[in-house]
Amino acid sequence: MKVLIPSPLRSYTGEREVEASGGTLAAVLADLDRRHPGLRFRIVDEQDRMRPHVRFFVNGEQVFDLGRPLAPSDELQIVQALSGG
Amino acid sequence: MPPRGKAARPRPARVAVLVATRKGAWIFRGDGARRSWRADGPHFLGHVLNHLVLDPRDGRTLLAAAKTGHLGPTVFRSSDMGRSWKEAERPPAFPKAPEGEKGRVVDHTFWLTPGHPGEPGTWYAGTSPHGLFRSGDGGATWEPVSGLNDDPQYREWMGGAQDGTPNGPKLHSVIVDPRDPAHLYLGMSSGGVHESRDRGATWSKLLRGLEVVEGFDPSRVQFHDPHCVRICPTAPDRLWQQNHCGIYRIDRPSDEWVRVGRNMPARVGDIGFPMVVHPRDPDSAWVFPMDGTSVWPRTSPEGKPAAYRTRNGGRSWTRLDGGLPRSGAWWTVKRQAMAADAGEPVGLYVGTSSGELWASRDEGRRWGCVARHLPEIYAVEAAALA
Repeated sequence: MKVLIPSPLRSYTGEREVEASGGTLAAVLADLDRRHPGLRFRIVDEQDRMRPHVRFFVNGEQVFDLGRPLAPSDELQIVQALSGG
Repeated sequence: MPPRGKAARPRPARVAVLVATRKGAWIFRGDGARRSWRADGPHFLGHVLNHLVLDPRDGRTLLAAAKTGHLGPTVFRSSDMGRSWKEAERPPAFPKAPEGEKGRVVDHTFWLTPGHPGEPGTWYAGTSPHGLFRSGDGGATWEPVSGLNDDPQYREWMGGAQDGTPNGPKLHSVIVDPRDPAHLYLGMSSGGVHESRDRGATWSKLLRGLEVVEGFDPSRVQFHDPHCVRICPTAPDRLWQQNHCGIYRIDRPSDEWVRVGRNMPARVGDIGFPMVVHPRDPDSAWVFPMDGTSVWPRTSPEGKPAAYRTRNGGRSWTRLDGGLPRSGAWWTVKRQAMAADAGEPVGLYVGTSSGELWASRDEGRRWGCVARHLPEIYAVEAAALA
């Protein structure tokens, strides 16, 4: 599956667009972390909650549940909601 | 026949001043005389850096507590004085809570303390909200210190987000007794000062003699707010404390703090954030007072910044403001933003929330500005380079 990476996380991936696989959003994020260690904890906390300024979009639709099923043809976009000064 | 004349003085260690800010970190490397400083940075531009600490056990390993406005907290490690950085494989994080319970989340790592000299690779971290974590591998992986974090009594004393400082409750001032790696102290804002004699497995409070804000009950641990606690390196039975309510000293085994800040000039008061101890003389310490009147501006009293020093265990204090702005300087100096080096005479370093770094190479008598226009300074450490 194609995953679009926001600029604050590109120190992990080196690329704007990477590949990851998994049957749910949680599984895709786990695979992303295997390929790019450390990335997941910056966007999902230790209680498996999305961090406050992170948003996940699947095919352009915002997703709030890490258990959301995903298909290999889906596109995941991770977005940082910039805030503060 | 040996050459005549003075014996050569031992060459002092070169000092690096480590500056952590709300937008990144800088390392200022001093020349041998501490007269000129070369800036190295920014490191981690745009990241929120709460603490940058050099491991005194090897003189070249740095740990940095970092997060950004949107990304979660982490710890970076450098083994080449900041030329390259590697992220912790497992940063400080609370355990996953059982199903149905609301688990705690580390917002940021606030404080880093290298472990005992006899335990290379050991580090401690204090977080916001309150949490104590330990690494045994130089900061690569971190484990919660459950004896504190999960103790029901301590969890009550830690309170919630509304009980802490404006930027979240802080666990800070993690101190390792240089004589005994199992003997630890720490401070919680709010939540008081505590010690452990078994490496953090069990803890006891150390609050006798400390005052709380007028009208509150000092027997309630939640109301105690130590801002900064320091141990004297050459006399580890003595600790100093800058508290929300005054400056204190304690001489163990006594368990009673003495408010030596009562001896400060009344118009300045004894409120502030940092506390700095002399590396060799346990009777000498410095503070940088803040205005604690009315609504607590927490700026230099009357806009006139100054350090105050005692040389006699707090019986009297001397104003040290040579070279500092004479007026119109409404500085805030945070609890981690003042440091001393181990030189002779001792060098002092102060960082302001308005992004200025000031230094004195004569124990505070005369100050000079090292850098201006930095981001808000959170922490300053003076480190001896290997």
